Amino acid sequence: MRKYTPKDNVQRQAPFSDRFFVSPSVPRLDISSDEIFSSDYEAFIKSFKVEDAYIEHTHLVLNVDKNDIVEIVKFLSEELEYDMLMEMSAIDYLAAKDGYELFYEMLSLSKHKRLRIKCFLNKNDSVESVTSVFNSANWSEREMYDMLGVKVLNHPNMKRIIMPDDWYDHPLRKTYPLQGDEAASWYEVDKIFGKEARDVIGPEQRDPAAIDRYDTERFARLGHEVPFQTDITEFEPETPISYQEEDTSKIMKTLKPDESVVLKRRR
Amino acid sequence: MQQPNRLKPFFENINFEREDNTMMVNFGPQHPSAHGQLRLILELQGEEVVKSRPMIGYLHRGMEKMAENMIYNEFLPTTDRMDYIAATSNNYGYALAIEKLLGIEAPRRAEIIRTMLLELNRITSHLFWLATHALDVGAMSMFLYCFREREYAMDLIEDYCGARLTHSAVRIGGVPLDLPSNWIADCMSFLEILETEIKKYEGLLTENRIWKMRLENVGIITQKMAKSWGCSGIALRGSGIKWDLRKEMPYGIYDELDFDVPIAHTCDSYGRYKICIQEMYESSKILKQLVPMYEKSESQLMAHAPNYISAPKEQIMTQNYSLMQHFVLVTQGMRPPVGEVYVATESPKGELGYYVVSDGSPYAYRMKIRTPSFQHTALLEEILVGLQLADVVTLIGNLNIVFGEIDR
Amino acid sequence: MAQHKVNYLQDGGAPIKLTTIDKLVNFGRSNSLWPMTYGLACCAIEMMATGASRYDFDRFGTIFRASPRQSDVLIIAGTLTKKHAEFMRRLYDQMPDPKWVISMGSCANTGGMFNTYATVQGADRIIPVDIYLPGCAPRPETLQYALMTLQRKIRKESIFRAHKKKRLV
Repeated sequence: MRKYTPKDNVQRQAPFSDRFFVSPSVPRLDISSDEIFSSDYEAFIKSFKVEDAYIEHTHLVLNVDKNDIVEIVKFLSEELEYDMLMEMSAIDYLAAKDGYELFYEMLSLSKHKRLRIKCFLNKNDSVESVTSVFNSANWSEREMYDMLGVKVLNHPNMKRIIMPDDWYDHPLRKTYPLQGDEAASWYEVDKIFGKEARDVIGPEQRDPAAIDRYDTERFARLGHEVPFQTDITEFEPETPISYQEEDTSKIMKTLKPDESVVLKRRR
Repeated sequence: MQQPNRLKPFFENINFEREDNTMMVNFGPQHPSAHGQLRLILELQGEEVVKSRPMIGYLHRGMEKMAENMIYNEFLPTTDRMDYIAATSNNYGYALAIEKLLGIEAPRRAEIIRTMLLELNRITSHLFWLATHALDVGAMSMFLYCFREREYAMDLIEDYCGARLTHSAVRIGGVPLDLPSNWIADCMSFLEILETEIKKYEGLLTENRIWKMRLENVGIITQKMAKSWGCSGIALRGSGIKWDLRKEMPYGIYDELDFDVPIAHTCDSYGRYKICIQEMYESSKILKQLVPMYEKSESQLMAHAPNYISAPKEQIMTQNYSLMQHFVLVTQGMRPPVGEVYVATESPKGELGYYVVSDGSPYAYRMKIRTPSFQHTALLEEILVGLQLADVVTLIGNLNIVFGEIDR
Repeated sequence: MAQHKVNYLQDGGAPIKLTTIDKLVNFGRSNSLWPMTYGLACCAIEMMATGASRYDFDRFGTIFRASPRQSDVLIIAGTLTKKHAEFMRRLYDQMPDPKWVISMGSCANTGGMFNTYATVQGADRIIPVDIYLPGCAPRPETLQYALMTLQRKIRKESIFRAHKKKRLV
């Protein structure tokens, strides 16, 4: 019987694990340790419900409910001066928690502080688009949909952005293998030549350690090529790099290599 | 079509039912200019753009997924290929993010060498920008001049890193090698040449009537637009917002260095061009300040954190435990703490941020790379409307976008 | 994978004798190869550096043309992704005969370090390639050497190669 490989995470896992090793964590500090963040947090908590809040490596991280996202982002940009949305995307926790964890990275230019909003989204749920508040979310949300399959409502142009429009499946999910599934491996052949050409062209060569028995014949070493079928078992014949062929009429008749000048310093 | 295949000559995935009389131009994924694979579908009313739709993804290589399948040190050379014009800035951003995740700090000499490489990369990136931008706008000899300076800088980088384009000369925790013996002298002579040459380029372009006509009032990014679209770097500073991560949220040794951050209040392409030129002067100023700092620093090059980082080579070759630990770190990978970090650095293009989610295993759980060119290309949807067709080319060049970064 | 041998030092497969007309035409073709600017990724930067001041490409008679209809050589510089593959085939088909292809860098040769879902594992899955150029990114001198090797290959060809039955890939 073959070994059972779980299909909900086909990314590479560590081959060995130490039973007794407990990973440390990135230290999380209390909000009261930073003034600006505490005042922001006080103002925030008056209007919105926060499930969890802490400071992790110079960021204030707030875990909120996904239904309030647009109002939260608007509140942060207008009231609390976090006026740039630097990045937003999602993390795939489909196997562990059956959903995605979205994050929004915000930056305040005046206060020099960064804030991260996180919210949890179930697998079949969808989230409101924040494009009405920040235009930079336009493409970020498209990429999130394309790569992970997170559904976004009220987006001006919800199409695939990075993968081709007729791509199957969402690549950054943990169930998608790095080298692509079968639809991916024949994508370009099907598109250009049609399904019939699959046997003519053959499957992709994905093995990085593959050796073809013709490699040494075909890809001889640079500068030391010898004509085909020369016997090189005894010694390799001298093949200096020549700039003209021997058997054709020479373009330059009187080149004396010893009279050429070798520059000492590269100009 | 000579070859038998299924490609028919038609415009797929664009519908042709239009009431108005606009012309659709496809700036296809293969560009005669140097910017990479942008597919820009423009609707033109005469010469003026009415609607623009940038389409990207033609250089998507799946780097974020690769990061989930490679150990942290193994992924570092892949980050080189993102912003392939200034490769060390990507490497440095990544190494800094992982160092902050681990909670370690690189030693001083390593930071100095890294900053030298970063500023050299900034100079090469701006020279490349100037070369290709001028080539697009029409000043073709600038391409040859700027590439000549760039070759000197790449010689320097090659002396240290071994490669001209894809450097990966920083490691998580420091740098692996010290500078070669004559590197600093060569660098100083390069900087002298650079300053005289940049003055010549300024003389060629800055007061040039044609250059000004092509660049002034083209691509105006208002402050509100810049903040809403997530612009960073030169696009933000060109609109008058004084924001440079090296000054405002300093990392590394930037708080000890003395340099100015040029800004422009005209919000147009000409302002961004002037900022770019000035930044090259500032970078050479920084490089000159780094030389005495380098000579005074002590010679440790990699941080001391045996859990996460291998020992220096002399120790690996002589001490057994160092060798064992190095073996485990290279084959199995280090296990960082559980948690998330987002670390942003100022790459020549803007704010390059790495968001790393770690679950304690040697492979990252999620790595999202926030690249400046992604947001700048999204900005093209709005800003190209109302421009003439020739200005489209100017603006795409001016915004300093690199497709390796956008598609990752 | 293409089932053929790339033997660029021998005559193009068939035992032919080159005549003077052949030599003249090949001399003209090889010394004025016009590449198409097909820079996709990092190798494009090295291709531009090859065309720039220190490693001048112009002395080989090459002029970079933007349009495929006016070019001879397609230098695939950079990673070929599956989204782009269709366009590359279109561009190759648009080039008039005689045409040659130089695949520059690891990504164009075999997919390179990007062994992922979105990368075509080698441009020769889609296009017949004449010269493969290793490196990541290959130095400008390597690209010059590739061009010189292509010139030697062209000089050994019969000028009636256009009438030979072409393979699919």
